[in-house]
Amino acid sequence: MGACLGIRAGEGLMWFYRALLHLYPSSFRSEYGEEMCAVFESRHSSLLAAAFEVLSNAPAAHWDILRQDLRYAARTLARAPGFTAVAILVLALGIGANTAVFSVTDYVLIRSLPFPSADRLVRLWETLPGYREMELSPANYRDWKRMNTVFEEMGAITTFAVNMIGEGPPERINTAVVTGNLFTVLGVPPLLGRSISSSDDRDGAPLTAVLSYGLWQRAFGGDAGVLGRKLDLNGTPHVVIGVMPPQFHFPDQETELWTPFEFPESAYEDRNNNYLDGVARLRRGVSLEQARADINVIAAQLRRQYPKELEHAGAAVNFLRDDEITDQRRLLLLALAGAALCVLLIACSNLANLLLARALARQKELAVRAALGAGRERLIRQLGTESMVLALAGGLLGVLLAGLALPLLTKLVPSLPISGMPSIDFRVLGFAAILTALTGIGFGVVPALRVGRTDLTGLREGSRSGGGRKAGLRSALILAEVTLSVVLLISAGLLLRALLRVQSVDPGFRSEGVLTLETALPMPKYDATARRTAFYRRVLSEIQALPGVSDAGYISFLPMAMGGGIWPVDVDGKTLDRSENHSASLRYITPGFFATLKIPLQVGRNVSETDAGDRPMVAVVSESFARRYWPGQSPLGRHFKFAFLDRSVVGVVGDIHVRGLERNSEPQVYLPYQQQHDGDLVFYSPKHLVIRASGNPRLLLPAVRRIIQQADPEQPIADVRTLAEIVQADIAPRTVQVRVIAAFAALAFLLAGLGIHGLLSFTVCTRSSEIAVRIALGAQPRNILRIVLQDSLLLATAGVILGVALAYAAGRAMQSILAGITPGDAATFLAAAGLCFLMTLAGSLAPALRALRVDPITAIRAE
Amino acid sequence: MTQKSPGPEAFLPLPAATFHILMAVAEEDRHGYAIIQDVAARTGGELTLSAGTLYRSIQRMLEQGLVVETQERPAPELDDERRRYYRITPLGAAVAKAEATRMAKLVKWARALGFAPGKA
Repeated sequence: MGACLGIRAGEGLMWFYRALLHLYPSSFRSEYGEEMCAVFESRHSSLLAAAFEVLSNAPAAHWDILRQDLRYAARTLARAPGFTAVAILVLALGIGANTAVFSVTDYVLIRSLPFPSADRLVRLWETLPGYREMELSPANYRDWKRMNTVFEEMGAITTFAVNMIGEGPPERINTAVVTGNLFTVLGVPPLLGRSISSSDDRDGAPLTAVLSYGLWQRAFGGDAGVLGRKLDLNGTPHVVIGVMPPQFHFPDQETELWTPFEFPESAYEDRNNNYLDGVARLRRGVSLEQARADINVIAAQLRRQYPKELEHAGAAVNFLRDDEITDQRRLLLLALAGAALCVLLIACSNLANLLLARALARQKELAVRAALGAGRERLIRQLGTESMVLALAGGLLGVLLAGLALPLLTKLVPSLPISGMPSIDFRVLGFAAILTALTGIGFGVVPALRVGRTDLTGLREGSRSGGGRKAGLRSALILAEVTLSVVLLISAGLLLRALLRVQSVDPGFRSEGVLTLETALPMPKYDATARRTAFYRRVLSEIQALPGVSDAGYISFLPMAMGGGIWPVDVDGKTLDRSENHSASLRYITPGFFATLKIPLQVGRNVSETDAGDRPMVAVVSESFARRYWPGQSPLGRHFKFAFLDRSVVGVVGDIHVRGLERNSEPQVYLPYQQQHDGDLVFYSPKHLVIRASGNPRLLLPAVRRIIQQADPEQPIADVRTLAEIVQADIAPRTVQVRVIAAFAALAFLLAGLGIHGLLSFTVCTRSSEIAVRIALGAQPRNILRIVLQDSLLLATAGVILGVALAYAAGRAMQSILAGITPGDAATFLAAAGLCFLMTLAGSLAPALRALRVDPITAIRAE
Repeated sequence: MTQKSPGPEAFLPLPAATFHILMAVAEEDRHGYAIIQDVAARTGGELTLSAGTLYRSIQRMLEQGLVVETQERPAPELDDERRRYYRITPLGAAVAKAEATRMAKLVKWARALGFAPGKA
C-alpha cells in the first residue's frame, strides 16, 4: 500500500516536473527534457526545489536563445544592407508619424487637465438664440451661485490686458480678473505667498495681484522678495501677494497675472452686461446632467422674474476640457491619427511582403538548418527575432523623427490650460514601445509562420518556390496597401480642396502690406474722450507723414483678432422678434480705417473728424445690416438704437469676416471715435493701429515705436503683426493638417508603388521560364506585357474600388471640417484613381521591361 | 581556405560551471546526472549544479566544441536509455588547461600580496 502510494506520488511528482519543464524553450526541452527527468528522478528532489530550479533557469535559457538569435539576426541583416536600411526607414516613418500624432492627441484630447479632480470642473454659460455660449452677467452669476445646489464652489473670471509699469519699460500683460473663490474652485496652491481669496474681492479691499511663474521670472528675476511689492496696473497700484507654480495656467497660457474683481452694487444692475466666464466644481456624486437640469431650472425662474431682460435667455454647463476643444479641432486631430495609422499599416504590409520574399529566397538556407536539427519552433523564433530587431531599430529612429516633427504639429494645439507643449515624455515613449512591438509582430509573424509551415525539402536542386498560396497572401497585402493609399490620397485631396476653398474666401478687406499693433490706452488715465482724441490724432498724423505710408487708422479691435464685442440692435419703429439673433459687432474707428484696410464704401459717407461728441450720433453700417433692416430701401438717414444711444446711418460699407474665414459673422456697426463719451464703454476704446505702406510694412516699426513713445512714454506697444499674418493664423491649423496628411499620402503612395514593384519583380522571376517558352514560341511583346501587367492592374483596380468606398465613408465622417466640399467630390476621386493607376504602371515598368528582355535560350537552359 | 578557429584563450575566463563540467568529463565520459554527482563530490558539496544550469552549460559547450556527445554506452543493465553521454574534446582539454593556468597566475599574484596562504 505504501509502495503503491509512493509510486502514485512519484508519478504525480513527475507529471508536475514535466509540466514545469514547459517553461523552458521548446527546443531546449526537446533536446534535454528526458535527461532532466532522469536527473530529477535520480535526485529525489522536492517539488519546491525543482520549481525553484526551473524558475531560475528557464529565463536564462530563453535569454541564451535570444542572444543567439540576435547575433544571427544582426549578421543576416548586415548581409543585406539595402533591404535593412529601407526597412528601418519605412518603419521609422510609420512609427514616428504615429508617435508624433499620439503625442499631440494625448495632450489635447486624453490627458486630464492639471487641476485636482479636474473631471469635476465645469464651465457655465448663458445662452441666447444664435449663441450657444455667452458670458454671464454679474447679476445672473450672483443669482446662479446663490440658488444652485449642485456646485461645491462657483467662481468667475474674465480676461483683459493691462499696462504694467513696474520694473523696466511699460509692458502689456494679459491679466485675468477673478472672484475671490476662483482659486478655491481650481484647487491649486500657490508657490509663494497666497492666492486671491474671498477677502480680496470685497468692495473697498486693497487691490492685490498674483503673478504667474513666467512673469515672476521674466519681469522680477525670480526675486523671492517680490511679495509686498507694488505694481502699477493701468495707473492703479496693486500689491503682489503671491506667485503661482510653473505648471499653472488659467484660463489660457497667455494669462500672466490675476487680480480680484471689485463688484460695486452698480455692477449688478444690468442683467445683460455679459462678460464673466463662470467656472465651478461639481459636488461629489453630481453628474453633468444633474447640474444642467438644476441650472436650467434656475434660468427658467430668472426668466419669469425678469421677463424683459432675460427673454429667451438660457443656460449651459459643459466640462472644462470639452469646452476648450471644439468638435472641429477634435475631428482634425482624429483625422490625423487615422492617416498616421494608415501609413503604419501600409508600412507593415510592405515589410511583411518584403520579408515573405526574403524568406522564400532563403528556403535553401532554412532547409539546411532544418536538416541540421533546428526545430520548426526555433526557425520561427529566429525569423521573429529578426523582425523585432528591425522593428526596434525603426522604433528608435521613429521616436527621434517624432521629436523633430513635433514643433510642426504643435501648431494644431489650441490654447489649453496645460503647461508647455506636447513633448515626447514617458507616456508617449510607452505608446511608441507598444506600437513598435505590435508592428514587429504585425509584419514578422506571418512570414515566420509561413516559413515554418513550408515543406522544408527545398534542398532539391533547382527547386523553385511556388506561386500558389504564397502569391495569394502577397497579393492580398498589396491590395491592402493600394486600398489604404487611395483612402489617404482622397482624404488629403478633400482636405486640400477644403483648405483652398477657405483660403479663397474674401475676408472683405485687403490684407497685404498692412502692419498692425496694439496700443491699448489705460483707464482711468484716458477716460476723457478729448485726451484719447489728442493721442490718436497726434500718432496718426505723424505716422501718415512717414515715407511709404498711404493710410493709417485706429479701430477698437481688429477683425479675426477679436470676434465678439457684439450688442443687441433695436431698429426704430420696428418690433424685432427676440427669438432671432439681432446683434451687431460694435467698433469705434478713426476716419482712415476703411481706406487702410480697403473696405469699400458703397453708399453714403465715411465717419469724419466733424462727427464730434456734441454732434448727432451717427454710424456706418455693413451691407448685411442695411439689407436686413431696410431691405430694398436706402438706409441713409435711418435710425436705430445701439449701445444705449440712438444713431443714424450715414454710410454703408462692405461686410468683413470678423469672426474668421469659416464662421458666420454678425453685421458690423462702426461708430466715430469721438462719439465715445467720457468713461463710456471703455473696453471699446480703439486699441488696434493699422498702417498701410508700400514695401515691407515691418520696416516702419522703429519709427512707429518712436512716435508712440513720444506721444506717451508710458504707453506700451503689443502684438505687432501684419494683417496677412493674422488672416493666416486663422487657418493655420487647417494648413498644418493638410501639409501633414499630404505628406502621409505621398509616403503611402511611394510605399504602395514599391510594393507593386516588389510583387511584380517576384512574379517575373518565378515565371521567367514560362515567359521564355512563350517568347520562343513566338509570342509578341504585347502578349508578354499583358501577362505581366494583368495581375498588377487587377490589384490596382480592386484597390481603387475598395479605397474609394472607404474614402467616401471617411469623408462622410469628417464632413464638418470639409468646409462644404462634398465627401463624394468627383474631381478628387478621379484624380486619386488616376494617380493610383499611374503608380501601378510606374511600379510595373521595370519588371515588365525585364520580362521583355528575357532571353529564352538562357532561361530554358537554366532549367 | 581555412578559417582560423578561436584559440583556447578566446574562451577565458570560463564560467565556473563550465570549468567544473570539463573537469568532470576530463577522465571519462559521463552522463548528466553523473556530472552533477562528480562536481558535488569534488567540491565537497559546495557546488551543486541544478539540472537547468547543467544542460544550459552543456548546450553552450556543445556549440563551442568543448564537449561532444558520444555514442558509446555502458552495458544495458547499467544504462538508462534517456541518458546521453558527453566526452571532452581536445579543444575542451586545452581550454580547461588554459583556465587552470590563468587561475594559477592569479593565485601566484595574490600570494605575493598576502591575499592567499602559502608562498608565492
